[in-house]
Amino acid sequence: MQRLIDRAKELLADGTVVRVLGWKKGDLGFNPEPAYFETAEALDSDFIYDGFCGANLSKYMIEASKKDGKTLVFLKPCDTYSFNQLIKEHRVDREKAYIIGVGCKGKLDIEKIKAMGVKGILSVEGASMDSECETLTVKTLYGDKEVSYNEAMLERCHVCKGKEHQIADEVMLESRDTKDAERFAEVEKIEAMSPLEKFEFFKKELSKCIRCNACRNVCPACSCRKCVFDSTKFDEATKANVDSFEEKMFHIIRAFHVAGRCTDCGECSRVCPQGIPLHLFNRKFIKDIDTFYGEFQAGEDTETKGPLTNFTFDDVEPSIVTERG
Amino acid sequence: MCECNCNHESFYEDTLIPKVGVVTDIRQETPDVKTFRVVAPDGSKLFEHMPGQCAMVSVPGVGEAMFSITSSPTNKEFQEFSIKKCGVLTDYLHAMEVGEEITVRGPYGNNFPVETELKGKNLLFIAGGIGLAPLRSVINYVLDNRENYGTVDILYGSRSADDLVQLKEIQEVWMNSPNVNVYLTIDREQEGWDGHVGFVPSYLKEIGFDTNKVALICGPPIMIKFVLQGLQEMGFDKKQIITTLELRMKCGVGKCGRCNIGSKYVCKDGPVFHCDELDEIPAEY
Amino acid sequence: MYKINKENLSALFSLIAEANELYVPVSINGAVNFAAWDEDVQVDLDTLKTVKSPKDAFFPQSETLYSCKRNGKKLSITPEELSSKDFVVFGMKACDVKGLAVLDKVFLVDPVDSYYKARREHGIIVSLACSQPEEACFCNVFGIDASSPEGDVQVYMIGDELFWNAVTQKGEKLTEQVKSLLADTDEAKVEEEKASIKAIVERLPYSNLSLDGWGEDAVLLDKFNSPIWEELYKPCLACGTCTFVCPTCQCYDIKDYNTGNGVQRYRCWDSCMYSDFTMMAHGNNRTSQMQRYRQRFMHKLVYYPQNNDGMYSCVGCGRCVDKCPTGLNIVKVIKAFEKGGNK
Repeated sequence: MQRLIDRAKELLADGTVVRVLGWKKGDLGFNPEPAYFETAEALDSDFIYDGFCGANLSKYMIEASKKDGKTLVFLKPCDTYSFNQLIKEHRVDREKAYIIGVGCKGKLDIEKIKAMGVKGILSVEGASMDSECETLTVKTLYGDKEVSYNEAMLERCHVCKGKEHQIADEVMLESRDTKDAERFAEVEKIEAMSPLEKFEFFKKELSKCIRCNACRNVCPACSCRKCVFDSTKFDEATKANVDSFEEKMFHIIRAFHVAGRCTDCGECSRVCPQGIPLHLFNRKFIKDIDTFYGEFQAGEDTETKGPLTNFTFDDVEPSIVTERG
Repeated sequence: MCECNCNHESFYEDTLIPKVGVVTDIRQETPDVKTFRVVAPDGSKLFEHMPGQCAMVSVPGVGEAMFSITSSPTNKEFQEFSIKKCGVLTDYLHAMEVGEEITVRGPYGNNFPVETELKGKNLLFIAGGIGLAPLRSVINYVLDNRENYGTVDILYGSRSADDLVQLKEIQEVWMNSPNVNVYLTIDREQEGWDGHVGFVPSYLKEIGFDTNKVALICGPPIMIKFVLQGLQEMGFDKKQIITTLELRMKCGVGKCGRCNIGSKYVCKDGPVFHCDELDEIPAEY
Repeated sequence: MYKINKENLSALFSLIAEANELYVPVSINGAVNFAAWDEDVQVDLDTLKTVKSPKDAFFPQSETLYSCKRNGKKLSITPEELSSKDFVVFGMKACDVKGLAVLDKVFLVDPVDSYYKARREHGIIVSLACSQPEEACFCNVFGIDASSPEGDVQVYMIGDELFWNAVTQKGEKLTEQVKSLLADTDEAKVEEEKASIKAIVERLPYSNLSLDGWGEDAVLLDKFNSPIWEELYKPCLACGTCTFVCPTCQCYDIKDYNTGNGVQRYRCWDSCMYSDFTMMAHGNNRTSQMQRYRQRFMHKLVYYPQNNDGMYSCVGCGRCVDKCPTGLNIVKVIKAFEKGGNK
């Protein structure tokens, strides 16, 4: 981590960048926040990069692109897909970004640790980038607990897209292979359900939704200046979860809106206060797109047109080639 | 208890439940302002109010918004709202016909201190555009209780002669009342207008009022800003200047949080504020 | 003081549910929230904090106020029936009970909100002491005692037993309804538990948080105009998570739902963090996220206390600490002002 701080200070000092977008230490040891740093002192005292820095900083670059001067941004391998996609959509300015592709050993989910019954967490040891990432020692008000690093990882890390950064000016720190599950396994499980079972599955999950909009607001693909759900002409569907129908509409419409552009960064599921596996909607779309149009990964580059925005006469007719049920 | 067994102690007990009002008259004031006259379905007045107070007017399915009541409480028959066309709800209201029913709840907020502080005082009204709406309520209240107040000066300006609201009443009633001076102005020269041309704040300086008055001002924020400056240059103290604020409101009773600035709720603690009070709250209006 | 073995909880719940609606913390795929009890739900009394506070038992996230029907030019209005059945909220924590006191000062002051009032009158609170307070808890900072929650009945879960102590008349009435399942006991174990909770509270990371400079005597404009806000708000996503999990946030919106056969005018929770919160036809008086972020915390720590004899609109439940997607929260605000010397 010190290497990241030193490099950031160099780039600030030589005028390459005027600010650094990274993560700032939290007050509980596991709640860092995305932050801008403008001085060497601030970097020294507050910068952190460890297993809890899951936040994808790409979307913050939309605002940073509007500021004067270059911003140094730290992007993990999976974050770079989002950044590319944002370039493609003309939401961020490549020229305003100096990207350090930063290694990743799998990001941790404090909610998963809590779900293991660990209460009163004061600090977590073993989450730093120079640790082995095998065991976490969780210090709590009720004694120390040992937790497996892998079991405490975010879902997205188990289906990691790989250690390669898709865009970067330079790369620092080693990444670790964390993939130990099939990306579409969960989707296939749902596909195998009967229509009623599917409906029950999503009804149960979505009944938890509180319409806080965290999933939308964190999503790099949701970069519309004015979201359809904030429109005053769309009164009944906004804010309130009037009934379960509204909840489902929100998430389904959102999944449609980001289809073909979603990089599967997993931020929606990471931020959901109710732990709804929202990524499943998007991943189903990705799987279908792969099936119909050939494998496609949004954000792999900044030029290729997405299959849903690139009509060809060879395109399949999804309703004809597949049976819906 | 009402007939429907809804457990509301009386039908209209909860302040959020509106009354039905019938629009009995619609006057086209300017190209984008209409004045709506509203009474209860049985022809009676909907409620009693004081000058400066507001009410929530709504068309179910379209929207609900706060409007100042432009008629004077001295009118015993109806309430009137002068409404500018500027959004979904106001578009609908402007397309409405006489006889249609709407919902109204209120009155909400405080009022101009017509029965206390303003009594016996010389009054200076300064309004711009649709800003005349709340002041008209006070002006007519004062004219109907003429003996309780000193001189009345009314300075009113608008973009053009066609945009002057309540022009008929101004010319036929206000201009002919004893001890009332009306000064009208429009922003730009216009054929057929031989009155004053220029912005309200500059006309104010040209006229130059003495400070033995209470000033009541209402209009667009930019006008209020320069009028306030002008009055202070003339020697008015902020305590002598009263204005109204307008913010997004939903409940009207200081609970929904929308119009909260500092420790004040504009719907409940306002809309009428003395200018010195405004210095104590964050400038978020 | 009474007690009941935990094995009999299900029997206790069905007995309560005979005469009342019953809300308990229910786990759905790992997320615990208050929900209506029936024999099939997975009750979870071990998770300290529900994701959402139980405020929606009294102030639902969405509720119809009245219905309107148009017939030609005519309109008719039918108010929604008010809550008229007693209901029990079982397992509210001390912070959440205090959260209702905060809401009371909004909804029960003139003009009284009759929808909320009806629920307060019919609601019976069975509060549960926090045997294991967690890292984000700081209710003690607001003078709340996690070891002795307010409510109509206080409950302690100790070992295999649940201790039951009726505090109010409503609580006595409920106790009568379930007495067949309760056994008399003394207070020794409960006193021990209280001491244990108090000792843990002292060791909580936020237990020494200082509110100096906030509250009733805060210099409002000094706080408002501080440059610290500009530093704090930046990661804010402008979502409503903090608002919607908060036991004291009470901002709401009023909207129409077109049923196809008339209009239901409903109110729903709203968030001052949303960009359209103060938007009106001719503009918006809070155009930046900094302003909206500042509004939320100024309201909790300054405006509300100044309007309510010093009572804060925060009860230290720590849900915003746990749930903010970007790690922001009210504690960081309080600490930043302390560090920045703006007291």
